[in-house]
Order: sequence, then structure tokens, then C-alpha cells
Amino acid sequence: MVIPVVTRTRSGVAFSLALGGSALSTAASAWALAEVLANGSIRYDLGGWAPPVGIQYVVDEVSAFVALVVTSVATLVIAGTRRWAEREAGARAGPFYALVMLLLAGLGGMVVTADLFNLFVFLEISSLAAYTLVFLGGRAGMLAGFRYLVLGSIGGAFYLLGVGFLYFSTGTLNMEETATILAASPSSRSVQAGAVFIFVGLGLKMALVPLHLWLPDAYTHAPSSVNSLLAPIMTKVGAYAMVRMFLSVFPDGYLKDEALVADGLLVLGLVGIVFGSVAAIRQSDIRRMLAYSSIGQLGLIAVGIGLATPLGLVAALLHVMNHAVMKGTLFLAAASVRLSTGLSSVNGLTGLGRAMPLTMACFTLGALSMVGIPPMAGFFSKWWAAQAGVESGQWVVVAVVLGSSLLTAVYVFIVLERVYLRPALPAEGHEASEETGVPVDETGDAPDASDEGVPAHVRGASESPVDVVLPLAVLALATVVLGVANSFIVTHVLEPGVR
Amino acid sequence: MIEEIAARFPYWMCAALIAVGLFGMIQKRSLVKKLIGMNILQSAIILFFVAGGLREGATLPILLEQGAGNADAADYVNPLPHVLMLTAIVVNVAITGVALAFLVRIHREFGSLDEESLIEQVRQ
Repeated sequence: MVIPVVTRTRSGVAFSLALGGSALSTAASAWALAEVLANGSIRYDLGGWAPPVGIQYVVDEVSAFVALVVTSVATLVIAGTRRWAEREAGARAGPFYALVMLLLAGLGGMVVTADLFNLFVFLEISSLAAYTLVFLGGRAGMLAGFRYLVLGSIGGAFYLLGVGFLYFSTGTLNMEETATILAASPSSRSVQAGAVFIFVGLGLKMALVPLHLWLPDAYTHAPSSVNSLLAPIMTKVGAYAMVRMFLSVFPDGYLKDEALVADGLLVLGLVGIVFGSVAAIRQSDIRRMLAYSSIGQLGLIAVGIGLATPLGLVAALLHVMNHAVMKGTLFLAAASVRLSTGLSSVNGLTGLGRAMPLTMACFTLGALSMVGIPPMAGFFSKWWAAQAGVESGQWVVVAVVLGSSLLTAVYVFIVLERVYLRPALPAEGHEASEETGVPVDETGDAPDASDEGVPAHVRGASESPVDVVLPLAVLALATVVLGVANSFIVTHVLEPGVR
Repeated sequence: MIEEIAARFPYWMCAALIAVGLFGMIQKRSLVKKLIGMNILQSAIILFFVAGGLREGATLPILLEQGAGNADAADYVNPLPHVLMLTAIVVNVAITGVALAFLVRIHREFGSLDEESLIEQVRQ
């Protein structure tokens, strides 16, 4: 669905092609979702070979839903970061957008494939594109990119090893066949080992807590046009692959009763929520704060998956969507601030509520949604997660999910207080405005030259141009709209999907 | 213990290689050595698949006598894991290539491939 787009982006008009291509795949995903809801899953046998011989692509409610989230957020982010891409990639915009499209193609492939080995190939395609995009972020980005590559390939290798165990136990790579065969066969050590390897591998890709080490550096030092793109969608598709393992590959209850994977996910998710939120409070760089908050939010997704009940999976998938939209909003807003002021420290936001009212309004919407203020999207995924916890009697989950709102509130309000309530004090921002991750600008006209003069940046700051603010505003409003529409999404899309 | 290892020699071998690879990736300070560790890890997994497809006393997966009814799957080595590994090798080559390109660029920028000194330089 997304794949033909890749080849077309090598020309000079790379931006329009990339935007058009991702808009097209958004439309295709939307159509696929409508089609699936009306007529059931779409199946496509690659090369005309029916499974189990050939590779099959299956679009069901869940994959169409995730595909739509990924493509639409990506489209908005590509539209919103054009100025950054121009500045950061410069004359090499063609290869840059080719990488972006390669990333989207890999993610799209991961979402629709029904073959375990094919999933590995797409996983590596998207990761490879992501490593390279992170690597573009100047000196610090290079190191972060190489680290990401090393850790990411450990993840890929572990996933492949797990698939090997499964294949030698079942003799098939098709997901549904694997489930049928596993349901009929007695439990075996090698299948359990395979399940554990697969989840360690995917856990690395989705930055589950002890495996999250690559994420903060990668998100902080990547170019602004890249981190706004990676943060919302990259780890989400890893989470989707995990959901897929629960839904299609392993029979009902298998991962909970036999392999301890579900409980492991639950515990790591809970630890992740607390760790990510606490670590976010201490950060002075806004991107790093958002990166740690991503780790916390991914913990929430892992908790939903780890509960291994339909309600838990609904909560996880809903949060995949909500978090993609919220993080897209927040990272885009941060990029917009940096475009205008050149600053990315939390103190650098001081007093910007007046100078950049629209950007900051969007930032506020995204941030409040992340805390979980009721009409916003973030509230509902937490609500469903808490409900899933109540349903399966896991009171720890309920407590941690509710507690995480408080922790999120702490770091969000630290920011908002600076944005709106404090006047732009001259001396205030000085200490913290040193940032390690200044994207070294290839062309040399780095915007961060004004780093020293904090008062100057606020005086000089004005609203970002409309092509930055418009996608941002759409994403920010989406957090409200999706919040209001959540019950429709859950009953019509997700509940049929996880059954 | 020794018979156990001898009976499943390829699997023990690749478990050992995985350990070696992971050790290299985590422990070594030089980025090149980390990359080599990564390659060892990936090769170990390829070995695992290839060994898994093997069958004692079986032959090449080519139908020998057309129409002679000799299509018993047990007589042939399982070709699918080997084919999968061709793809995996391609993926690994791509990753290694990108990683080497990264290293060239890093070396040009920092003049070093030692992790500690790179972290030091980035901090400044």
C-alpha cells in the first residue's frame, strides 16, 4: 500500500512527492479501514502464492487502524517540518525524503504483513531508515544513531532467533497457521523460548524499560524534522507488532499461562511508567523531557498488552493512537519554538505564551491530553487501561495508571507555568540554556547562535509561519476530537478487532 | 554432558557465538569492535537456521526422478530456512554497510572511534 511511493521520491520536488505520497497512503489506509469495517478483512497473497507457501498480507480492523494512525500523523508531520527539513537536509532533500518514505514503507509493511519472517524484513527496513535519519543530527546525533543501530540490531537478531524457534517447532511462518498449530500441540520449551526471544527483540524496538537506552539520545539529537516523525510512530509500530503476537500468532491465553511473557510485560510496563515520568521531571531539555515521557507512555501501552485481556488490548491500541497524536503535537510544537527562537531548553520557553500564542496553545492541548484531563484523548486511554486493570483484578495497575497522571502533571505544569505565568526574565534562562544536542547545521547558519541572549529570543520571537502552525493545530485539535470520539472508535473499530 | 554437547553441536556452537557477539557489542569500547560483535551475533543466528534445516542422511531439495514417486519430504533437506537466511544475509549486509558508512563519517568528524573519547567530545 505504501510501498510504490518509495521509488518516486528521488527527484528534485522531493517534498511535494513525499507529502503527496504519504497523503495518498493515508487515503488508502482510510479506504482500507472503511472496507474492512464493511466487509471484513482484506487478504492479499503476494505473487499469487496462497499461504502457507506464499507470504500473505492481511488487513483487519486493528492493522487498518494502526496504518491510518501512522500514515496520517506522518503526513501532518512531514507537512509541518518542511522548513526544518530544508534547513537540515538542504540540497540533499531528495535522499532525505527517500529515507522518510523508506521508513514509512517499512512501518506500513510491518502493519499489514501476516508472515513472521516478512515482519523481520520490514522491521529492519524501517529501523535502517530510522538509524540513518537519527545519524543526520550533527555530532551528537551521529553517536546516538550508531548506538541506536547497535542496540536495534540486537533487537532484530533476537526477534529472528525467536522466529527460528517457532518455525522449527511448528513448520510454518504464517501467523494464523502458527496459532492453529500451537493450539493443537502440547506446550514445549522451544516455543516458550521463542516467545521470550521475540518479545525481548520487539521490546528493544519499542523501548520497553530496561531496553530503552537508545531512545532518549536518539530523540534528543535527531534533527527536528526527524524526531517529530520518529517519536509518534516508530515505537508504536513495535507495540503494534507485540499486539499482533497476542492476537494472531499465539493462541488465546498462551502467552499468559505458558511463557510468562504477559506478566513480564505488565511488570516492565509498570516500572516504565514510573521511571519514564520521574526521569522526565528532571530534564532541562524539552526534547529529552518528551523522550522520557514517551518511555512512560510506552509503559502504559505495555501494561495494556500485558494484561492480555481484550479490554487491555483495546486500551493499548487506543493509547497507540492517542500517544501518536499527542507526541506528534508536542514534538512539532517544540520544533516550532526552535524554529522561531533557536532554543530547546525548558527555560527557553519562558514567556512564550504571549509571543507564540498558537504554538503554545497547541502545546498546551497536547500536554493536557497527556496528563489525562477528561475531554482530551489521553484521558480515555488511561480510563480504559484502568478499567482493564479493575476487570482483571490488578489493583496495582489501577494505582500506577492513576499515579502516572499526577507525575505527568508535574512535568507538564513545570513547562506550562514557565510558558504562561512567568514574565520573560532576562537572567532566568541562562544556566539551563546550554544544550548538548544543537543540531549542527550542515549549511552553517545555525539558529542557535542566539543561545546566550535569552531575553532577546523572547522579544524577537514571533509566531511560526502558517505552514508550521496549521499541521500543528490539526494534530492538537485531533487530541480533542479523538477524545470525544473515543467510544465510537472503541466499539466500532477496536473491539471487533481484538475479538 | 559431553555427549549432550556433541549431539547438538551446532546449537551449542551458535549459543556460544551469540554470547561472544553480545559480549563484544556491550563490552568493547571501539565502535568497530562493537560492529564486529554485531556481525558475530548475526552469523550465529544464520548458523542456527541453517543447522535447523539440516536432516541426517537427506539429500538436496531437488526432485530427483521425475514422476518416480520419490517425493517423500523426509528424504530432502528442508530448503526454506536456507532461503530465509539468504534474505537475512542481505539484511545483515545492508545493516553492516550502513554501519560502516556511519563509522567512516564519525571518524572523519571526530578523528577517533573510541566510545569514551567520542562521548567526551560530544559533551564539550
